[in-house]
Amino acid sequence: MIPAQFDYVAPTSVEDALAALAEHGDDAKIIAGGQSLLPVLRMRLNAPEIVIDLGRIDSLRGVRDDGDAIVIGAMTPHSVVGADPLVNEHALLIARAVEHLADAQVRHRGTFGGALAHADPAGDLGAPVRALGASFVIQGAGGTRTVSADDFFVDLFETAIGDDEILTAVRVPKHTGWGAHYEKFVRVAHQWPIVAVAATVRVEGGAIAEARIGLTNMGSTPLRATAVEAALAGQPATEDAVRAAAAHAAERTSPPSDLNGDADYRRHLATVITRRAVLAAAGG
Amino acid sequence: MTATQERPADAVDREIGRDRRRKEDQRLITGRTRWTDNIVLPGMLHLAMVRSPFAHATITGIDTSAARSAPNVVAVLTGADFGEELGVCINAWPITPDQVAPVHCPMPSDRVSFAGEIVAVVVARSAAEARDAAELVDVEYDELPAALDLKAAAADEVIAHPDLGTNKSALWVFDSGEAGTGGNVEDAIGKARTDGIVIEREYRQQRLIPAFMEPRSVVVDPTGEQYVMYSATQIPHILRFALAATTGVSESKIRVIAPDVGGGFGGKLQVTPEEWIAWAVGRRIGKPVKYTETRSESLMSAHHGRDQWQKLTLSAEKDGTVTGLKVELLADLGAYVAIVGGGVPVLGAFMFNAIYKFPAYHFACQTVLTNKTWTDAYRGAGRPEATYAIERLMDELAAEVGADPLAIREKNWIRHEEFPFTTVAGLEYDSGNYEAATAKAREMFGYDELRSEQMARRASGDPVQLGIGVSTFTEMCGLAPSRVLGQLDYGAGGWEYASVRMLATGKVEVTTGASAHGQGHETAFSQIVADRLGVAFEDVEILHGDTAVAHKGLDTYGSRSLAVGGEALVRAADKVVEKATPIAAHLMEASVDDIEFAGGRFSVRGTDQGMAIGEIATAVFAAHNLPDGVEASLDSDATYDPVNFSFPHGTHLCAMEVDTETGALRMRKYVACDDIGNIINPLIVSGQVHGGLVQGIAQALWEEAVYDEGGTLVSGSFVDYLLPTAADTISFDIDHTTSPATTHSLGVKGVGEAGTIASTPAVVNAVVDAVRHLGVTDIQMPCTPERVWKAINGPGAGGSTEGAAMPHFEAGGAAGNQEQPGTSSTEGAGQ
Repeated sequence: MIPAQFDYVAPTSVEDALAALAEHGDDAKIIAGGQSLLPVLRMRLNAPEIVIDLGRIDSLRGVRDDGDAIVIGAMTPHSVVGADPLVNEHALLIARAVEHLADAQVRHRGTFGGALAHADPAGDLGAPVRALGASFVIQGAGGTRTVSADDFFVDLFETAIGDDEILTAVRVPKHTGWGAHYEKFVRVAHQWPIVAVAATVRVEGGAIAEARIGLTNMGSTPLRATAVEAALAGQPATEDAVRAAAAHAAERTSPPSDLNGDADYRRHLATVITRRAVLAAAGG
Repeated sequence: MTATQERPADAVDREIGRDRRRKEDQRLITGRTRWTDNIVLPGMLHLAMVRSPFAHATITGIDTSAARSAPNVVAVLTGADFGEELGVCINAWPITPDQVAPVHCPMPSDRVSFAGEIVAVVVARSAAEARDAAELVDVEYDELPAALDLKAAAADEVIAHPDLGTNKSALWVFDSGEAGTGGNVEDAIGKARTDGIVIEREYRQQRLIPAFMEPRSVVVDPTGEQYVMYSATQIPHILRFALAATTGVSESKIRVIAPDVGGGFGGKLQVTPEEWIAWAVGRRIGKPVKYTETRSESLMSAHHGRDQWQKLTLSAEKDGTVTGLKVELLADLGAYVAIVGGGVPVLGAFMFNAIYKFPAYHFACQTVLTNKTWTDAYRGAGRPEATYAIERLMDELAAEVGADPLAIREKNWIRHEEFPFTTVAGLEYDSGNYEAATAKAREMFGYDELRSEQMARRASGDPVQLGIGVSTFTEMCGLAPSRVLGQLDYGAGGWEYASVRMLATGKVEVTTGASAHGQGHETAFSQIVADRLGVAFEDVEILHGDTAVAHKGLDTYGSRSLAVGGEALVRAADKVVEKATPIAAHLMEASVDDIEFAGGRFSVRGTDQGMAIGEIATAVFAAHNLPDGVEASLDSDATYDPVNFSFPHGTHLCAMEVDTETGALRMRKYVACDDIGNIINPLIVSGQVHGGLVQGIAQALWEEAVYDEGGTLVSGSFVDYLLPTAADTISFDIDHTTSPATTHSLGVKGVGEAGTIASTPAVVNAVVDAVRHLGVTDIQMPCTPERVWKAINGPGAGGSTEGAAMPHFEAGGAAGNQEQPGTSSTEGAGQ
């Protein structure tokens, strides 16, 4: 597995990285943790002329408190995100999803922003980030703009990041005190999820006051199960009530068919997994 | 661990039976060792292969000019550039005299027969430059219709090799009525149709990929008087023979070295196009060359395993006493008849009757050519297929009779007092005790408690149901008595060779023709020699895998190394003692009749006089004072040809939880009580059993090589070909009973394949058992959650696997080198 030859630069500021991107245009690829790009290069599915490594830009790393939100730097490794106290306090759903993301090696090398920018609908971070209503901070030559999670994911491997832009951070509104669970259905542990459900709920007096549900691998982008969210609001956190609400989980989804199951099976799974995720989030 | 094994009184000092840590592991695990790809020779050039992206196509042109002018490219060669010097890849086991087999040219110039076949080779100064230039070779193909589906291929709907006119390669038949080993199976089935039970099933053995850890690699050095080939192979001796036989180079001019080899599972029991091409290129260019495959190439073009349809008919009396078994197989050879090829299902022919007393048996196997990767041995080779079929059928029979699956087996198995027992397939089982292994497994498992829990879950309609699977397997190991192989038209014998060299300092060098590729031969063989010669374990060095060092041998496969190679070693060591005895007598001025040898020491009976074997070795080295007419050497060798196979057996019990809402499976408990005869090293045995179990469980639950309608392997990476890791398995409970093999002195039977053979049906039986009350009688392997859920929720057991992979890496199909890279990027800043 030998990639085609490429040049390599490792700028130390976002500005320098943007300049390199502007200079090389389509011939450049940005590398973050490399956990998706390196296999692509090694299998020669892509052959950029230059790889721009964001690994030396310190400002892209870390998690900070920003009032009603926390801000996760794009180059923060998954393992750091999962262990971060702010994430665990205010966005527990993300911590729960990170626990199930790939394996320990990948969690140490792969980055939060890199995985989201790769936009694999089977990736584990898209669903929780959509469920939490995060927004994406994207920097270009003209400055910085912010894109909502609903607008960020465009299609399979396609996001709102422009060719001359870089994702610098993800801003996650605080969901302090919300219960959370990420239920991932796989055949072997290291696999991408066949279907996964990210659920976070605010429970008040035994009832689900608010619920936010994200679906992994149920379409060409991470999805939000808004019908389930609406059906859950105000319901008791009981098996029967949640089952009825979760029955809406597959609505407006278009899951893939592949070696691990056809679309109909995935639609069925989504309802079962959603029920389990919500009950676990409400109980935990 | 070996509760019933009798130990000599001095057992504490003996090496055999000790759980020695493997002496070879540190270097193997750290990689600081002689893997083929680690070998670097002066002036060495590197090869990259250009492979067909099509399953079946005519090659209409190959333009190598761009590749030839790429930086540091030395040559680009195609099949047309070579003549007969390229040789052919051989089939060593034509299973019938009229077997239809295409000539297997390592690099065809006219037509490709499977996706992944080599059409050109690039030679460059570095591996990267060779790879880059391979992308520039422009091959024009005219695509031909491809024979992909096994049943359709067997009906000759599309012909894989048009010049042959048929896909049907060979029909191999065994019939107990004709052979005189039993009755007529049609009579038995006919009778059962009127007043007994007939179980008819069709099972699929999916295609598997051996997926050894070390990719295949070959280095050819043509710069000495002997041409040297280093190869990551299981079979250096057979490889040398085949090179001599097909490339016109004298055998005496060929040295083959299998340095440290990182796994094989049968997948390196092959002579490969890559080896033949490297050989031809090295000779043509006159410089050392190296080729190491990528993982993608390995999955696509190294041989695959299994791939059968099994049509089975079992007849029995109403009480469940079996009366007949009829087996009709279709076996997919892939594009070529590999070195053992059609022989793999034939090995299974003797095992479908298993441990049961079938009065009548009929076996017929039709081997079929298709346009897929060629198939050959994969851990178990024929025996897992047979064991799966019979153990699944015995569960079906139990369900039909309404009996416990263990009880139905006990009713039909060979009782321990009936050994030796000649089976309906004509084999003589020398030893075994199915009652003892089953009783122990049952107790370890907590069989009755788990059955109670199963009943309770059924009664309460628990969404999670529990199933219990049984597999009371046996297998034939210790391949093989040469005479039997001759009767089966196999192209070689089944003996093994060993030599023992006593060094001047009293240390011992052993050579063996059984070349390990991860099994721990160095450790286990050292233990045998240490005991036999009474020397320290650390003082024994095991040398293997180099035809210049261990010049004779038949290599490692079929759980043969210990049962055959170990016995050869015992005999060679005994000859050393025989040669040393008169010298010891002479040095101690005693009569030979008064010399005793024990614990590494020659002593004179009735005196305290004695000499260690190492002292004798030093004296022989000096040769100052030897008896007249005695040569100055203790070195000895032996070639052992087994008189019979060995027959490990065991009882495996598996408990599986089935989530009926999703089809998800969770293994709850797995017990393996194996009778593998005497045990040399219990730690190595545990490792073999654990690894074997996981590989067999993986066939039941996870692994499958899937092709799409174009003949492209879609499970072409470990994203889609699901190999389990430790995270996916549970802690197994293993133990042993011991009925030593009676046909050789070590009493060992072989353990390399036992876990794989036994576990697959145990797991599937457990899955089916969990949901049988919901109307399910079969689930096709691998038992994916989708298949399980569909079996529960609808008619049919889930058909063939969808021919589509998960697109995690953003590009379309890039099966070969012809795709232009880098066209499918989506976002410019994909991180």
